[in-house]
Amino acid sequence: MSQAQEKELICQYLSEISDPEIPVINIVEMGMVRGVLFRESKLEILLSPTYSGCPAMDMIDHLVKEKLQSKGYDSVEITLVYKPAWTTDWMSDETKEKLRAYGIAPPVGKATSKKGLLNEDPVFCPQCGSKNTEIESMFGSTACKALYLCKDCLEPFDYFKCI
Amino acid sequence: MELLDLSRFCMRLGDSCLIMAHRQSEMCSKGPFLEEDIAQTNLGLDLLGQAEALLIYAAELEGKGRTADDLVYKRPERGFYNFMLAEQPNTDFAFAVVRQYIMTLYLSRVYETLAKVDDETLSGIAAKAVKEIAYHQRHLGMWIKRLGEGTEESHERIQTAINELWMFVGELYEEDELDLKMQEAGYAISGEAMKAYLMANISSHLTEVTLSVPKSVYMTTGSKKGIHTEYLGYILAEMQYLQRAYPDAKW
Ligand SMILES: [Zn+2]
Repeated sequence: MSQAQEKELICQYLSEISDPEIPVINIVEMGMVRGVLFRESKLEILLSPTYSGCPAMDMIDHLVKEKLQSKGYDSVEITLVYKPAWTTDWMSDETKEKLRAYGIAPPVGKATSKKGLLNEDPVFCPQCGSKNTEIESMFGSTACKALYLCKDCLEPFDYFKCI
Repeated sequence: MELLDLSRFCMRLGDSCLIMAHRQSEMCSKGPFLEEDIAQTNLGLDLLGQAEALLIYAAELEGKGRTADDLVYKRPERGFYNFMLAEQPNTDFAFAVVRQYIMTLYLSRVYETLAKVDDETLSGIAAKAVKEIAYHQRHLGMWIKRLGEGTEESHERIQTAINELWMFVGELYEEDELDLKMQEAGYAISGEAMKAYLMANISSHLTEVTLSVPKSVYMTTGSKKGIHTEYLGYILAEMQYLQRAYPDAKW
């Protein structure tokens, strides 16, 4: 197996690990895996934290090691990379659709624009699709989400903020 | 740039984030209503993440074999360099709001500057933090308005918090030898520029919501030398308890 093929295989293993907070999305789709490097006797995985205080980071670190060890990589090192900073702009449309189907409104707009960052655009209800929604709190179940309320179906829901 | 200077610079910033994160964690179950309780602790979580990244880097640059955990759990009070404002207690919800609001204005300017420096790690940390802080700024600004323009009582309580915390603002634009070195390297703006920025923002926001900027001119100083108000010791007593009772205990 060539190194490129092995890398691809490793990425495939990593894509079997779901984000502990959003089980329908895996860490590769999330854009957290920034590199797979072969160092002499060990394997180095570069991960980008989604947001600074993400409490799932330790868990992810553990899951990555466990997964790769089960595939025969005994020496795995995880390095956190901060640059470029992880952004919701890296989420594909397919990933956003998975979020929506799971009940989390995906980020609207781009984090690179001030407008997107402070979510001034309408956020659609992931349940009924209405845009008649209202922000309840800037911080929801986790720091990366805001809490919204749909004024049509009256369901509260999480909105994944642009970051 | 001397690595040790950069390490001290990151430690100061990391310490302020850490101590604020601890103060915010104390808000858990004490918010005025459930959603706000969650919001307040999430502000703490963001700050804790920023503190962790900054202190890991500070420890690495220092090169003395200490880890970020060593810095957090094994330094005594005089070895902490957070601003005195960061350690002020949650006397009242209004105090927590004012403390975080002013510190957030400061941090947004600091991170904006650091996001552009020629240092992969630091600029990466700052680029991420600047976005998180934008949300804090908006949230806390909303509370300043809500309490200022709310009832007579909420107005009075937030004005009291502003008046009582005002003497700690001077440290945010004070300069020492290290600050001057960092400014020269483009890692920080001048104290004068920081003061102008803070005063302009605070006074325009406060007057807009019927609050006033205190006239008092006395400002405290000392945290850059490890001098603190009595409150830091109590924070450390709680924060470091486990590591002091069971040295090097691991989860
Ligand atoms: Zn709905």
